[in-house]
Amino acid sequence: MDPIFLKPNSLKDASTHYCAGCGHGIVHRLIAEIVDELDIREKVIGIAPVGCAVLAYDYWNFDVTEAAHGRVPAVATGIKRSRPETIVFGYQGDGDLAAIGTAEIIHAANRGENITIIFINNSVYGMTGGQMAPTTMLKQKTSTTQSGREQKLHGFPLKVCELLSILPGVFYAERVSVHSPQNVLKTKKAIKKAFQNQVDEKGFSIIEVLSQCPTYTGLSSKESTKWVGEEMTKQYPLGVFKE
Amino acid sequence: MTKKVLMCGNEVLAESAIMAGCRFYAGYPITPQNEIPAYMSRRMPEVGGVFIQSESEISAINMVFGASLTGARAMTSSSSPGISLKQEGISYLAGCELPAVIVNVMRGGPGLGNIAPSQSDYFQATKGGGHGDYRQIVLAPASLQEIVDVTMLSFDLADRYRMPVMILGDGLLGQMMEPVILSQSALRPCSGQAERTPPSVKKDWILDGCKGRKPRLIRSLLLGNGELERFNERLQKKYDEIKNKEVRCEILHGEDSKIMLVAYGTVSRICRKVVKTLREQGKKVGLVRPVSLWPFPEKELKALAENVEAFLTVEMSCGQMVEDVRLGIECRKPVHFYGRSGGGVPTEEDIVKEIEKIM
Repeated sequence: MDPIFLKPNSLKDASTHYCAGCGHGIVHRLIAEIVDELDIREKVIGIAPVGCAVLAYDYWNFDVTEAAHGRVPAVATGIKRSRPETIVFGYQGDGDLAAIGTAEIIHAANRGENITIIFINNSVYGMTGGQMAPTTMLKQKTSTTQSGREQKLHGFPLKVCELLSILPGVFYAERVSVHSPQNVLKTKKAIKKAFQNQVDEKGFSIIEVLSQCPTYTGLSSKESTKWVGEEMTKQYPLGVFKE
Repeated sequence: MTKKVLMCGNEVLAESAIMAGCRFYAGYPITPQNEIPAYMSRRMPEVGGVFIQSESEISAINMVFGASLTGARAMTSSSSPGISLKQEGISYLAGCELPAVIVNVMRGGPGLGNIAPSQSDYFQATKGGGHGDYRQIVLAPASLQEIVDVTMLSFDLADRYRMPVMILGDGLLGQMMEPVILSQSALRPCSGQAERTPPSVKKDWILDGCKGRKPRLIRSLLLGNGELERFNERLQKKYDEIKNKEVRCEILHGEDSKIMLVAYGTVSRICRKVVKTLREQGKKVGLVRPVSLWPFPEKELKALAENVEAFLTVEMSCGQMVEDVRLGIECRKPVHFYGRSGGGVPTEEDIVKEIEKIM
């Protein structure tokens, strides 16, 4: 009998360090499947961020480096310009990309670097214990917005795809979600395209993935997927912003 | 190229980096080092290298981090306030054991300070301006000809020890013009062992895609029980080896000097003239000129302390290297200090006056 489902070669055998119901593991696996399908495992270089995904390299079976908090796009630029034959992708969370690393992401995008960025937006800082992220929803309670995020005090949730899509250097920007099986499949399609673009030397691609953090949204795994699908998508509409 | 050319210090440094095999440069404009990015923007494409004007000094050092982990010889340059911004990246380079060359053409501080030459980043450079238990090699050239040697040596040392190396110059060295022969001469360490690590040496740790080999990982995050302590102990062993092998300094009249000046970079040139003048008057004055500021020539100074009556450290700062001189000689003899800061440059007369006070 032919197997219909296998562990990708680009994934290692490792126990997960992520919380139950977290979306990171799904996206890690999708990336591994895509790297296998595009047959680029031997020329891919991944960049792990600072945040919950800091240990992403424990799961991927290809070359990976760390980067200082928010500096993934700068490190990616250095790698890709030095070795244009490699396939370089950065994996960043909302604190990494949309707070401390805003300068790096905007300028890498605006230079039109031929790199792929996977941006996980789960509306909260997970690694440090549930503080407000730039993408935290209004009224959302976090450990630093204990009465809920207020626009007057904390500003608005930052819409990264909308912001970046006006830059001429951006070739492809799409927002997807991993809150349901159908959306996971759409996410895979988008991430695959973002990698294919780099192979085809088309330029900068970013995929924003809405993802669930049950632990720091204070919801069960089931409720948190529902919250992403029903609430987060209102603030962060899914779809292609630039192509 | 063995003919003499007339260039400014910043350009000599940039061309020397190209000669050393540097093929990646990223930087952000700041005075008084702007000739370096300007020169690199023209030369890098000619030699098949990469030049990027980054959006910040932070980004530049992280681009260098990325280039270095692919095996490229990579460099960034800046001046004092910009070097402060690079400290995070330097700490990560040290933690990930990545080679890189960082140039600081020092200007006056603190804060925005001014754009005049200064030596007030000595502490930051030699004591580790970033976080964590790390060191960087710091080399201070005193002439444009020596910039050639120091720059080429910096890339070799960075690769050999897999760590950041800082070239510490100042606005005067960067801006002035001198005739230079663009070829390297030996800058021998005090230990006498001079090894070369040419750019052709194959690096077996780089990330270039895991074709035909196991995947590699570059990281400084070590969460396992005792893992970070073991790593730091290994770093310290490497640093000890550097202290033994890579001290470089010049000693003038070590045999009979009663007063020994200690100065590096631009100030050492003024001190050299003072020594010449006073020697002609029969006064027994000498000069110790550290080229490597870390590792610092502790042994060399300690040996001199046997016969020297007093040391006078002269700096374009309010007194930074003087602390290492005192530590180096273990306070066996008086160590005096004379310094100018904020763009002030000591004159020969000033220094002579200070020597007369001590004598």
